[in-house]
Amino acid sequence: MMSPETEAPLLRISTLTKRFGGFTALDTVSVDIRPGERFGLIGPNGSGKTTLINCISGAFRTEAGTVIFRDEDITRLPPHIRTRRGIARSFQIPRPFKSMTVAENLMVALDFAVVTDEVVSSAQRRDTMMSILTRMGLASKAYVSTAKLSQVELRKMELARAMATHPKLLISDEAMAGLSSSEVDEVLDLLMSLAGQDITIIMIEHIMQAVMRFSDRVMCLEAGKIIAIGKPAEVMANQRVQEAYLGT
Amino acid sequence: MNRGGTQFWIGAILFLVATFAMTQIIGNQYPFFACYVILQFIVLAVAWNILGGYAGYVNFGTSAFFGVGVYTAVFLFKAAGAPLAVQIAAAAVVGALMGFALGLLTLRMQGIFFSIATIALTIVIETSITNWRYVGGAAGIQMQQPVAMEPFNSYVQMLFFIQALLVVLAVATSRYIQNSWIGRGLQALKDDELAAECTGVPTLRLKLLACVISGALMCAAGAPAAMYLQYADPSSAFNLNYSVSVLAMSLIGGTAHWAGPVIGAILLGTTQQLLTVTISSEVNVLVLGVMLVLFVVGAPEGIIGLIGKARRNRNEGEG
Repeated sequence: MMSPETEAPLLRISTLTKRFGGFTALDTVSVDIRPGERFGLIGPNGSGKTTLINCISGAFRTEAGTVIFRDEDITRLPPHIRTRRGIARSFQIPRPFKSMTVAENLMVALDFAVVTDEVVSSAQRRDTMMSILTRMGLASKAYVSTAKLSQVELRKMELARAMATHPKLLISDEAMAGLSSSEVDEVLDLLMSLAGQDITIIMIEHIMQAVMRFSDRVMCLEAGKIIAIGKPAEVMANQRVQEAYLGT
Repeated sequence: MNRGGTQFWIGAILFLVATFAMTQIIGNQYPFFACYVILQFIVLAVAWNILGGYAGYVNFGTSAFFGVGVYTAVFLFKAAGAPLAVQIAAAAVVGALMGFALGLLTLRMQGIFFSIATIALTIVIETSITNWRYVGGAAGIQMQQPVAMEPFNSYVQMLFFIQALLVVLAVATSRYIQNSWIGRGLQALKDDELAAECTGVPTLRLKLLACVISGALMCAAGAPAAMYLQYADPSSAFNLNYSVSVLAMSLIGGTAHWAGPVIGAILLGTTQQLLTVTISSEVNVLVLGVMLVLFVVGAPEGIIGLIGKARRNRNEGEG
């Protein structure tokens, strides 16, 4: 295995800047994410975490800077093309296709995000879908309307739908917010198992135990700027991070 | 083809055989005159539903597309004496282009802004036609019906059968879209546009496609109307009543399934015809409004939604 330092980054963000009117939400943010990395993204509310995710997934246009994914400049590509290139995400507040069942939600991903030249039969796609749902512990809910899911099930459904796009990079935006501690462990184990399958994961999270347990590396944003990046323990010990969080 | 598909096409063929048989058996012209309007509304409602129902983009510009269809036919007939088939095909092409242009300009806007833009489109086009002398301007234009083709006895009977063909074309298209990946993508973007994009759905392209298909069918439905009335004028061709009626028909029938607008158009179209004959044409607008309010309050998913609910209740009762 190559050492992480010599390996080309999966995602390279260079001097990314995003403004909303006079407010600078992201200020010349630069970071490399390595293939296979479990990357934790933390920061107080309003520090620009979700904005950064929106710029990576294409939901927002950026004012300056570039996003390079697998050696390709994707800065100007629309979100659906980025999804096809291998960037998947979940949302801070779950956004299921609410008129559909769990299975149909995944079928959207299989229909649109997975671009192959081979003809894939509907039986094959159903198998793929069921195997993802089984892995996520949602197989029994496959034909249930998403309107009837509990919060933790919705979170898992979003991760399952993201997985159905066959991502190289999965961005989890507070997938554990509002869950009980046993549910947090459940979702965390799921993310850990996905990371074991050659998927790079960026995890935004406020639950510190989860971030500490999960991440190879942690980055802390404050007011759109990186204030610390490195090993989880180092970042937590950082004076500025503690100030940002505790406001002292 | 699966079982549902076979049933559908058997139904479609039976429908065409029945309408053709009507033209051969019934001598009175009135039934054709009345049923033509209902068939026309079926095409319009089904076409509207492709964008308005599946994608959730409420188009108030039905009358713009319909009117452009009417005037495409008028222009081609006056300029070149084009036969009816050419008029309809040309109207469909113009409708598709118009749908594409409207889509490019407006589909980046979401929700109410798109709807407002479609109303503006109607007004702009109506004003242009009103000031175009060649096709009659504000005064309108008389159209002389040519001799009907064999085996039809009259031109109205022929138009009636042609409109029935358009019904089959529109319904088959709508059904295909609903059951294909296009329908799944439209449903996804209707539920949540950002989530759809992030799941790989090319939302803008799908909306444009829906707008093009919907526009082509609406214009095609309008093309024979001038010959049917033997007259065309801007204020009736671009009458906002078309937009409102078609929207009401789709909503009352139910927008989630291709059959919804068909049911809605038959129900409302028939009621309107009956009321126009028995009471007055003004009352039918009132009845339309009352029915729309009742359905929006009592059955927001339309008749299709009611049927679905009844089925689920029965299944739960059995289980």
